[in-house]
Amino acid sequence: MFAEATETATEVVLSSGWFLEHAWVIPVIPALSFFLIIFFGKRMPKKGSEFGVASMFGALVFAGGAAYQWIQRVNGAPEGAFISPVVKTWTWWQNSGVSFGIGQHVDGLTVAILLVVAFISTLVQIYSLEYLRGDRRYTHFFASLTLFSAGMLNMVVAENMIQLILGWEIMGLCSFLLIGHWWEEGANSRAALKAFFTTRTGDIGLLTGTAILFFSANEWTTKTLGVSGFSIRGLSSWALSGDPGHAAITMGAIALFIAAIGKSGQFPLHTWLPDAMAGPTPVSSLLHSSTMVVAGVFLVARVYPVFFKGMEILGGSANFIVVIGGITIVIAALLAFVQTDIKKVLAYSTVSQLGYMMMGLGAGAWLPAVFHIFTHAFFKACLFLGAGSISHSSSHHSFEMKKDMGGLRKFMPITFGTWVISTLALCGVFPFSGFFSKDEIIDNVGHNGYNVFMYVGLAGAFLTAAYMTRATYLTFFGQPRGASAGEHHEEESHDSHAAHDDHADHGHDAHDSHDAHASQGPHESGWLITVPLIILATLALSSGFLNALPFGEKFENFKKWVEPSAEVINPTGIAYVVGGIGEARIASETPSEESGHSKSPCGTETPEQGVCAAPQLNHAPFKWSKAAMSMLIVLAGFLLSLFVCIQLYEKKNKKFVGLTERNKVLGFGYKLLVNKYYLDVLYEKIIVRSIAHPISAAVYWFNQKVLDGVVNGAGTTAKGIAGWVYRNIDQRVVDGAVNGTGSVAQGAGSALRPVQSGKVNQYGALLFGAAAIGALVLVIVNT
Amino acid sequence: MFVNQFLILAAVLFCIGVYGVIARKNAVLVLMSIELILNSVNINLLAFSMRNGSLDGHTFALYIIAIAAAEVGVGLAMVLLMYRNRRSIDLDELSEMKG
Amino acid sequence: MFASDVLVAQNIGFALIALIMVYGALRVVTTSNVVHAALWLVVVLAGAAAQYILLAAEFVAITQVLVYIGAVMVLFLFGTMLTRARIGAESDLNNKNWFFGIPVALALFVALAVALDSGFGSQKMPADAAVATTQEISDQIFGPYLLPFWALSFVLLAAVVGAIVLARRD
Repeated sequence: MFAEATETATEVVLSSGWFLEHAWVIPVIPALSFFLIIFFGKRMPKKGSEFGVASMFGALVFAGGAAYQWIQRVNGAPEGAFISPVVKTWTWWQNSGVSFGIGQHVDGLTVAILLVVAFISTLVQIYSLEYLRGDRRYTHFFASLTLFSAGMLNMVVAENMIQLILGWEIMGLCSFLLIGHWWEEGANSRAALKAFFTTRTGDIGLLTGTAILFFSANEWTTKTLGVSGFSIRGLSSWALSGDPGHAAITMGAIALFIAAIGKSGQFPLHTWLPDAMAGPTPVSSLLHSSTMVVAGVFLVARVYPVFFKGMEILGGSANFIVVIGGITIVIAALLAFVQTDIKKVLAYSTVSQLGYMMMGLGAGAWLPAVFHIFTHAFFKACLFLGAGSISHSSSHHSFEMKKDMGGLRKFMPITFGTWVISTLALCGVFPFSGFFSKDEIIDNVGHNGYNVFMYVGLAGAFLTAAYMTRATYLTFFGQPRGASAGEHHEEESHDSHAAHDDHADHGHDAHDSHDAHASQGPHESGWLITVPLIILATLALSSGFLNALPFGEKFENFKKWVEPSAEVINPTGIAYVVGGIGEARIASETPSEESGHSKSPCGTETPEQGVCAAPQLNHAPFKWSKAAMSMLIVLAGFLLSLFVCIQLYEKKNKKFVGLTERNKVLGFGYKLLVNKYYLDVLYEKIIVRSIAHPISAAVYWFNQKVLDGVVNGAGTTAKGIAGWVYRNIDQRVVDGAVNGTGSVAQGAGSALRPVQSGKVNQYGALLFGAAAIGALVLVIVNT
Repeated sequence: MFVNQFLILAAVLFCIGVYGVIARKNAVLVLMSIELILNSVNINLLAFSMRNGSLDGHTFALYIIAIAAAEVGVGLAMVLLMYRNRRSIDLDELSEMKG
Repeated sequence: MFASDVLVAQNIGFALIALIMVYGALRVVTTSNVVHAALWLVVVLAGAAAQYILLAAEFVAITQVLVYIGAVMVLFLFGTMLTRARIGAESDLNNKNWFFGIPVALALFVALAVALDSGFGSQKMPADAAVATTQEISDQIFGPYLLPFWALSFVLLAAVVGAIVLARRD
């Protein structure tokens, strides 16, 4: 059927390489290392941490190699051609018609995220060497951290949805372990449980969605591509093939998106993410800036065609994804204003940035959203690690900005510098990396016709600049307060602090240094902490140039390398790998000159003579005027916030201090924010209780009314009968008879008493004996 | 082969197991007797499975083997606990439920 | 001719194994040494595995060997060791009232034997029973009997957790 196409087309052999072919090794390395740490970690000189760091470094090297070879592969192919992913599958499970594999699906997206995850994990592990030194569960911490990275890497290279779910669930489990690392503290274990249950609520969607898509797609994928309905490339092609029914793909996409909401902390399931800051700071940095929470966004980006079709992205009206993303941006950014805990500010900032990514994906801005995952990972990890550095070295393990920080810029110049760079990147200031990703999202959202959401994005940028200014001001400017000023207030300090502290009481050598720096007052952290910070800050500054739109096409490398081309391809081209190891022959139809944008039928109409792997998307051209506008908005947010901060905290201006108490509207808003829109109340008090409470109430009622009623009724009746018996019979029967009955009862009782011997064997003998007699009786009766 | 030869063998094993449960005092030996009973059930299941020409019996025999493993695990944990608490695993001495 | 030879061989095999099993089982419940009882139990379980092969159930037989003789027996031996059973004869392994067991067991056996005799009389096994392949069994387990399989998985999980909770020292 496609024979002519292959004959006329010039065949191009895509290059490949060892690292690309063996990308599946990347998650295997940390997974093996996890077992090494668990079994041998405690006996090693560094308590197992060396395995963790070494495995992450190995994963990083492999990911780097894969990225390099992928770039080679892309550069070797003609412009605009579809670069087929490097897919490998081994059968994992096969049973009565259902089979799925385990393997790898490596394309630009995979490679980019692999690189980020391996890189951040490596730095976080190095950082943890210092940060958790002397911790009581040091080995277990590294084991969980390594397994966590293994889960994320596995999810990223996953060839099919089942493998993806595997990685997803490993991450869920490890996040539970890591958030509750200091579980002796009640708040921490509650936060861990909350994170686990909330994400599990979303995970229902993942299972449902995968099942729906499998049952709708399996037939088509098996027939056309020869892969199962779990396969990611199968699902992608299927979604764009015109085969799926409207209901099936919409339901599947919505279910999967619910999973993404749970994992990526989107409204209304974002409540777990700020609480999850109870974990150690490196954990927050790894889980809640670049890996775990990105999993949901990654899921959407991975099987994007399913969402593209199912949610009718670019269909002209607002869809579920873009609405949820937009809401999340604004509500999370507002919540960040009322936090006094520096990590919670960052947590809400993360939620808000994830909202940008989701909004971008929902509005057809796939590439900017993925690029934002990429850049956000660096600067947010840097911010988290910076917060950790402050608490580790200056504020005596407190994260309270108002109480324990202030004026730290003089004491911690490196932390301050990296923090400022990352903050500027987060706010999207030119030329920091956030500008090239976040502004692109906003720009493309507007370009694709979602004007309302473009304004939401701009409002979010304003709010971001404002709350980050507030946090920076409270932390690094003004006068040192509380612990930073050298005060000790053990009993009133932060929750996680106590748990963190008493681990040092176990006689490890870290103990002395902890006390020492507490008495020294604030100072800069050690090199194990500052070096990761500097590396991350450098990347926060520079990673944006991978896709720097303003400087012309030469700088659009990320787009070239990562975005799949929306070419109609011959199904055999992706179904069967031909040629030597890893070489795939693609039938490139010698692209007609303008066959770049909006020419491909993918995503809009049913492809003929082949399948699509990605929908045709538009890219907004860069305009300096738009960039200038968003810069102005950011600047306005910065200045306004700085003004308010100085008035409020520095000059204690009467007009501002206590404003929320005097002004009713502001007071109401403040109360709403402090109580997190009452969502926690809604979930814990109303939803959980409305399910759990009626059940217990019903049981209680049954117990009180029915059972007690029966018992009481029986008692009353018995009493009545007894009274009657006493009056009428007992009185009239001769004493001798009474005594006789009594002695008979006593005799029977004492005769039967040995039966209740309390001996198990005897009960057994009685049971089997009775059964035997019963059986014998039956046999005799029947014969 | 008769169907009954397997069934009678199973019945013999079952009865020996019952005897063991009743007669033995040592908790570990009682557990072993229970294993005898479970095995006799398995023989029955497989015999009927062959007689009926279906595989259902195989499935359930496998399930019973798994259950037996779980039972031994929990049972021996209880024996261990008992030993730790009263330095003896004689079931005779467990008579707090005496009426 | 040939088929009947096989049948004779099968019957002889059955009789031999059955005798060994019954003897082993009797030793399990009468021996005065816990470790010996465990070893006799191995004999019975191995005999049962052999009977499974006669019943064309290879996979179950192998599982029997792996799980029972391999794992469960080791558990039993561990249980014996950890409870510091004397390695050697013990006099007081039986109840005071052990003789109750005899009539009960005999009565049960009589009941069962009569019922079996009247129920199955001289029915014969199908001579051409096919050996069940592992694939067929897995199709059964993960097909129509998936739900019991899940239930069983939960039971095993609960047993593992329960065993740890019971046996841990804290």
